Amino acid sequence: MFPTEFTPYLSFIGGVTLGLSAIWLMLFQGRIAGISGIIKTALFQKDGRAWRLMFLVGLVLGGAIGFHLTGFDFSYREGFPISLVIIGGVLVGLGTSMGSGCTSGHGVCGISRLSIRSIVATVVYLSVGILVASLTAKVLL
Amino acid sequence: MKNNMSALIAGTIFGFGLIVSGMSNPDKVMNFLNVFGHWDPSLLFVLGGAVICTFFGYRIVLKRNAPLLEREFFLPIKTALDKRLLTGAALFGAGWGMTGFCPGPAITGLAFGVVEPIIFLASMLCGYLIMNRLPHK
Repeated sequence: MFPTEFTPYLSFIGGVTLGLSAIWLMLFQGRIAGISGIIKTALFQKDGRAWRLMFLVGLVLGGAIGFHLTGFDFSYREGFPISLVIIGGVLVGLGTSMGSGCTSGHGVCGISRLSIRSIVATVVYLSVGILVASLTAKVLL
Repeated sequence: MKNNMSALIAGTIFGFGLIVSGMSNPDKVMNFLNVFGHWDPSLLFVLGGAVICTFFGYRIVLKRNAPLLEREFFLPIKTALDKRLLTGAALFGAGWGMTGFCPGPAITGLAFGVVEPIIFLASMLCGYLIMNRLPHK
Protein backbone atom coordinates (compact mmCIF):
# COMPACT_ATOMS: atom_id res chain seq x y z
CA MET A 1 0.00 0.00 0.00
CA PHE A 2 1.16 3.50 -0.81
CA PRO A 3 1.50 5.50 2.46
CA THR A 4 -0.93 8.41 2.84
CA GLU A 5 -0.69 11.52 4.96
CA PHE A 6 -2.76 11.91 8.14
CA THR A 7 -5.21 14.74 7.40
CA PRO A 8 -7.43 15.24 10.48
CA TYR A 9 -8.65 18.76 9.65
CA LEU A 10 -9.38 18.22 5.98
CA SER A 11 -11.01 14.88 6.72
CA PHE A 12 -13.18 16.40 9.45
CA ILE A 13 -14.24 19.25 7.16
CA GLY A 14 -14.95 16.73 4.39
CA GLY A 15 -16.98 14.66 6.84
CA VAL A 16 -19.02 17.70 7.89
CA THR A 17 -19.63 18.36 4.18
CA LEU A 18 -21.02 14.83 3.78
CA GLY A 19 -23.24 15.53 6.78
CA LEU A 20 -24.52 18.76 5.22
CA SER A 21 -25.50 16.82 2.11
CA ALA A 22 -27.32 14.22 4.21
CA ILE A 23 -29.19 16.97 6.07
CA TRP A 24 -30.07 18.69 2.78
CA LEU A 25 -31.57 15.50 1.34
CA MET A 26 -33.61 14.92 4.51
CA LEU A 27 -34.77 18.54 4.79
CA PHE A 28 -35.87 18.88 1.17
CA GLN A 29 -36.87 15.37 0.18
CA GLY A 30 -37.15 13.38 3.39
CA ARG A 31 -34.65 10.83 2.11
CA ILE A 32 -31.70 9.01 3.61
CA ALA A 33 -28.44 9.71 1.75
CA GLY A 34 -27.61 6.03 1.29
CA ILE A 35 -25.59 5.72 -1.89
CA SER A 36 -25.89 1.96 -2.44
CA GLY A 37 -29.67 2.18 -2.07
CA ILE A 38 -29.83 5.16 -4.41
CA ILE A 39 -27.79 3.32 -7.08
CA LYS A 40 -29.78 0.12 -6.77
CA THR A 41 -33.16 1.82 -6.86
CA ALA A 42 -32.11 4.02 -9.78
CA LEU A 43 -31.12 0.90 -11.71
CA PHE A 44 -34.03 -1.41 -10.98
CA GLN A 45 -37.03 0.76 -10.19
CA LYS A 46 -38.75 3.22 -12.51
CA ASP A 47 -40.52 5.02 -9.72
CA GLY A 48 -38.36 7.82 -8.31
CA ARG A 49 -35.55 7.16 -10.74
CA ALA A 50 -35.04 10.75 -11.90
CA TRP A 51 -33.98 12.37 -8.65
CA ARG A 52 -31.72 9.44 -7.82
CA LEU A 53 -29.95 9.71 -11.18
CA MET A 54 -29.55 13.44 -10.57
CA PHE A 55 -27.98 12.72 -7.19
CA LEU A 56 -25.51 10.34 -8.85
CA VAL A 57 -24.71 12.92 -11.54
CA GLY A 58 -24.08 15.33 -8.66
CA LEU A 59 -21.61 12.89 -7.09
CA VAL A 60 -19.51 12.93 -10.25
CA LEU A 61 -19.92 16.70 -10.66
CA GLY A 62 -18.92 17.30 -7.03
CA GLY A 63 -15.93 15.04 -7.58
CA ALA A 64 -14.86 17.03 -10.63
CA ILE A 65 -15.30 20.35 -8.78
CA GLY A 66 -13.40 18.99 -5.77
CA PHE A 67 -10.62 17.75 -8.03
CA HIS A 68 -10.23 21.14 -9.72
CA LEU A 69 -10.40 23.17 -6.50
CA THR A 70 -8.13 21.00 -4.36
CA GLY A 71 -5.94 19.32 -6.96
CA PHE A 72 -6.36 16.02 -5.09
CA ASP A 73 -5.91 13.37 -7.72
CA PHE A 74 -6.86 9.89 -6.60
CA SER A 75 -7.00 8.42 -10.05
CA TYR A 76 -4.01 6.18 -10.13
CA ARG A 77 -2.99 3.19 -8.07
CA GLU A 78 0.18 1.56 -9.17
CA GLY A 79 0.03 -2.16 -9.69
CA PHE A 80 -3.23 -2.80 -7.85
CA PRO A 81 -4.58 -6.11 -9.14
CA ILE A 82 -7.72 -5.69 -11.18
CA SER A 83 -8.91 -9.15 -10.09
CA LEU A 84 -9.29 -7.80 -6.54
CA VAL A 85 -11.31 -4.84 -7.83
CA ILE A 86 -13.67 -7.25 -9.59
CA ILE A 87 -14.09 -9.66 -6.65
CA GLY A 88 -14.43 -6.77 -4.21
CA GLY A 89 -16.96 -5.03 -6.43
CA VAL A 90 -19.16 -8.13 -6.61
CA LEU A 91 -18.92 -8.53 -2.81
CA VAL A 92 -19.90 -4.89 -2.27
CA GLY A 93 -22.88 -5.35 -4.61
CA LEU A 94 -24.03 -8.52 -2.84
CA GLY A 95 -23.34 -7.15 0.63
CA THR A 96 -24.93 -3.71 0.34
CA SER A 97 -27.93 -5.28 -1.31
CA MET A 98 -28.37 -7.94 1.38
CA GLY A 99 -27.44 -5.69 4.30
CA SER A 100 -29.50 -2.74 3.00
CA GLY A 101 -26.70 -0.19 3.05
CA CYS A 102 -23.11 0.92 2.98
CA THR A 103 -20.85 3.49 4.63
CA SER A 104 -23.23 6.37 3.82
CA GLY A 105 -26.61 4.85 4.63
CA HIS A 106 -25.59 2.83 7.70
CA GLY A 107 -22.41 4.70 8.67
CA VAL A 108 -23.42 8.35 8.37
CA CYS A 109 -27.22 8.48 8.28
CA GLY A 110 -28.00 5.37 10.36
CA ILE A 111 -25.64 6.12 13.23
CA SER A 112 -26.91 9.71 13.28
CA ARG A 113 -30.46 8.37 13.70
CA LEU A 114 -29.12 6.08 16.44
CA SER A 115 -30.45 3.09 14.50
CA ILE A 116 -29.34 -0.11 16.21
CA ARG A 117 -29.33 -1.96 12.87
CA SER A 118 -26.97 0.59 11.37
CA ILE A 119 -24.67 0.69 14.39
CA VAL A 120 -24.40 -3.12 14.35
CA ALA A 121 -23.87 -3.15 10.56
CA THR A 122 -21.12 -0.53 10.88
CA VAL A 123 -19.30 -2.51 13.59
CA VAL A 124 -19.50 -5.63 11.41
CA TYR A 125 -18.34 -4.10 8.12
CA LEU A 126 -15.57 -2.15 9.84
CA SER A 127 -14.28 -5.27 11.62
CA VAL A 128 -14.37 -7.41 8.47
CA GLY A 129 -12.93 -4.49 6.47
CA ILE A 130 -9.97 -4.20 8.87
CA LEU A 131 -9.37 -7.94 8.69
CA VAL A 132 -9.57 -8.18 4.89
CA ALA A 133 -7.59 -4.98 4.22
CA SER A 134 -4.83 -6.15 6.54
CA LEU A 135 -4.69 -9.53 4.80
CA THR A 136 -4.79 -7.89 1.37
CA ALA A 137 -1.91 -5.57 2.30
CA LYS A 138 0.12 -8.56 3.55
CA VAL A 139 -0.46 -10.48 0.31
CA LEU A 140 0.31 -7.50 -1.94
CA LEU A 141 3.52 -6.47 -0.18
CA MET B 1 -38.34 19.08 -11.12
CA LYS B 2 -37.55 20.68 -7.77
CA ASN B 3 -36.71 17.23 -6.43
CA ASN B 4 -34.23 16.69 -9.24
CA MET B 5 -32.59 20.05 -8.62
CA SER B 6 -32.41 19.38 -4.90
CA ALA B 7 -30.90 15.93 -5.46
CA LEU B 8 -28.34 17.31 -7.90
CA ILE B 9 -27.22 19.85 -5.29
CA ALA B 10 -27.12 17.25 -2.50
CA GLY B 11 -25.11 14.87 -4.70
CA THR B 12 -22.68 17.59 -5.68
CA ILE B 13 -22.07 18.55 -2.04
CA PHE B 14 -21.59 14.86 -1.20
CA GLY B 15 -19.15 14.26 -4.05
CA PHE B 16 -17.17 17.36 -3.05
CA GLY B 17 -17.06 16.10 0.55
CA LEU B 18 -15.78 12.71 -0.61
CA ILE B 19 -12.83 14.37 -2.35
CA VAL B 20 -11.97 16.84 0.44
CA SER B 21 -12.22 14.15 3.14
CA GLY B 22 -9.93 11.74 1.29
CA MET B 23 -12.65 9.09 1.28
CA SER B 24 -12.36 8.92 -2.52
CA ASN B 25 -8.76 7.82 -2.23
CA PRO B 26 -8.72 4.01 -2.12
CA ASP B 27 -5.14 4.07 -0.79
CA LYS B 28 -6.27 6.20 2.14
CA VAL B 29 -9.20 3.89 2.86
CA MET B 30 -6.96 0.83 2.81
CA ASN B 31 -4.38 2.56 5.01
CA PHE B 32 -7.17 3.32 7.46
CA LEU B 33 -8.43 -0.26 7.50
CA ASN B 34 -4.97 -1.83 7.53
CA VAL B 35 -4.19 -0.97 11.13
CA PHE B 36 -0.98 -3.01 10.99
CA GLY B 37 0.56 -1.04 8.10
CA HIS B 38 1.06 2.69 7.47
CA TRP B 39 -1.97 3.39 9.60
CA ASP B 40 -3.79 6.57 8.59
CA PRO B 41 -6.63 7.32 11.07
CA SER B 42 -8.02 10.20 8.94
CA LEU B 43 -11.24 8.37 8.12
CA LEU B 44 -12.20 8.36 11.79
CA PHE B 45 -12.37 12.13 11.43
CA VAL B 46 -14.52 11.80 8.32
CA LEU B 47 -17.00 9.58 10.13
CA GLY B 48 -16.83 11.78 13.24
CA GLY B 49 -17.43 15.01 11.32
CA ALA B 50 -20.24 13.48 9.29
CA VAL B 51 -22.03 11.89 12.23
CA ILE B 52 -21.79 14.91 14.57
CA CYS B 53 -23.11 17.19 11.82
CA THR B 54 -25.88 14.83 10.69
CA PHE B 55 -26.94 13.92 14.23
CA PHE B 56 -27.75 17.53 15.13
CA GLY B 57 -29.07 18.36 11.65
CA TYR B 58 -31.50 15.42 11.67
CA ARG B 59 -32.73 16.35 15.16
CA ILE B 60 -33.76 19.76 13.87
CA VAL B 61 -35.09 18.61 10.49
CA LEU B 62 -37.08 15.64 11.82
CA LYS B 63 -39.02 17.91 14.18
CA ARG B 64 -40.87 19.12 11.10
CA ASN B 65 -44.06 17.38 10.03
CA ALA B 66 -42.76 16.91 6.51
CA PRO B 67 -39.79 17.74 4.32
CA LEU B 68 -39.96 20.85 2.12
CA LEU B 69 -40.65 19.07 -1.17
CA GLU B 70 -42.50 15.91 -0.10
CA ARG B 71 -45.54 15.04 2.02
CA GLU B 72 -43.63 12.76 4.39
CA PHE B 73 -40.21 11.57 5.53
CA PHE B 74 -39.09 8.24 4.09
CA LEU B 75 -37.25 6.64 6.97
CA PRO B 76 -36.15 2.99 7.12
CA ILE B 77 -38.62 0.89 9.08
CA LYS B 78 -36.69 -2.36 9.57
CA THR B 79 -35.48 -2.96 13.09
CA ALA B 80 -34.55 -6.67 13.12
CA LEU B 81 -30.92 -7.64 13.61
CA ASP B 82 -31.27 -10.58 11.27
CA LYS B 83 -28.88 -12.85 9.44
CA ARG B 84 -29.27 -10.86 6.22
CA LEU B 85 -28.09 -7.64 7.83
CA LEU B 86 -25.07 -9.30 9.43
CA THR B 87 -24.10 -11.37 6.37
CA GLY B 88 -24.61 -8.39 4.09
CA ALA B 89 -22.50 -6.09 6.28
CA ALA B 90 -19.74 -8.73 6.46
CA LEU B 91 -19.70 -9.21 2.66
CA PHE B 92 -19.68 -5.45 2.15
CA GLY B 93 -16.81 -5.07 4.64
CA ALA B 94 -14.82 -7.74 2.80
CA GLY B 95 -15.28 -6.03 -0.58
CA TRP B 96 -14.51 -2.62 0.91
CA GLY B 97 -11.36 -3.85 2.62
CA MET B 98 -10.18 -5.66 -0.49
CA THR B 99 -10.51 -2.65 -2.82
CA GLY B 100 -10.68 0.54 -0.75
CA PHE B 101 -13.87 1.39 -2.65
CA CYS B 102 -17.39 1.75 -1.36
CA PRO B 103 -20.27 2.80 -3.66
CA GLY B 104 -20.13 6.61 -3.21
CA PRO B 105 -16.40 7.09 -3.82
CA ALA B 106 -16.59 4.71 -6.79
CA ILE B 107 -19.20 6.94 -8.45
CA THR B 108 -17.29 10.11 -7.56
CA GLY B 109 -14.14 8.41 -8.87
CA LEU B 110 -15.72 8.47 -12.35
CA ALA B 111 -14.73 12.17 -12.38
CA PHE B 112 -11.08 11.13 -12.69
CA GLY B 113 -11.74 9.40 -15.99
CA VAL B 114 -9.83 6.23 -15.13
CA VAL B 115 -10.86 2.63 -15.49
CA GLU B 116 -10.69 1.28 -11.91
CA PRO B 117 -13.97 2.79 -10.62
CA ILE B 118 -15.74 1.67 -13.81
CA ILE B 119 -14.63 -1.92 -13.29
CA PHE B 120 -15.60 -1.74 -9.63
CA LEU B 121 -19.08 -0.38 -10.44
CA ALA B 122 -19.65 -2.95 -13.20
CA SER B 123 -18.72 -5.72 -10.75
CA MET B 124 -21.00 -4.19 -8.12
CA LEU B 125 -23.82 -4.24 -10.67
CA CYS B 126 -23.14 -7.97 -11.18
CA GLY B 127 -23.50 -8.39 -7.41
CA TYR B 128 -26.89 -6.63 -7.55
CA LEU B 129 -28.03 -8.82 -10.46
CA ILE B 130 -27.00 -11.97 -8.60
CA MET B 131 -28.91 -10.81 -5.50
CA ASN B 132 -31.99 -10.03 -7.59
CA ARG B 133 -31.99 -13.61 -8.88
CA LEU B 134 -31.58 -15.25 -5.51
CA PRO B 135 -34.79 -16.45 -3.87
CA HIS B 136 -36.02 -15.06 -0.52
CA LYS B 137 -35.31 -11.42 -1.08
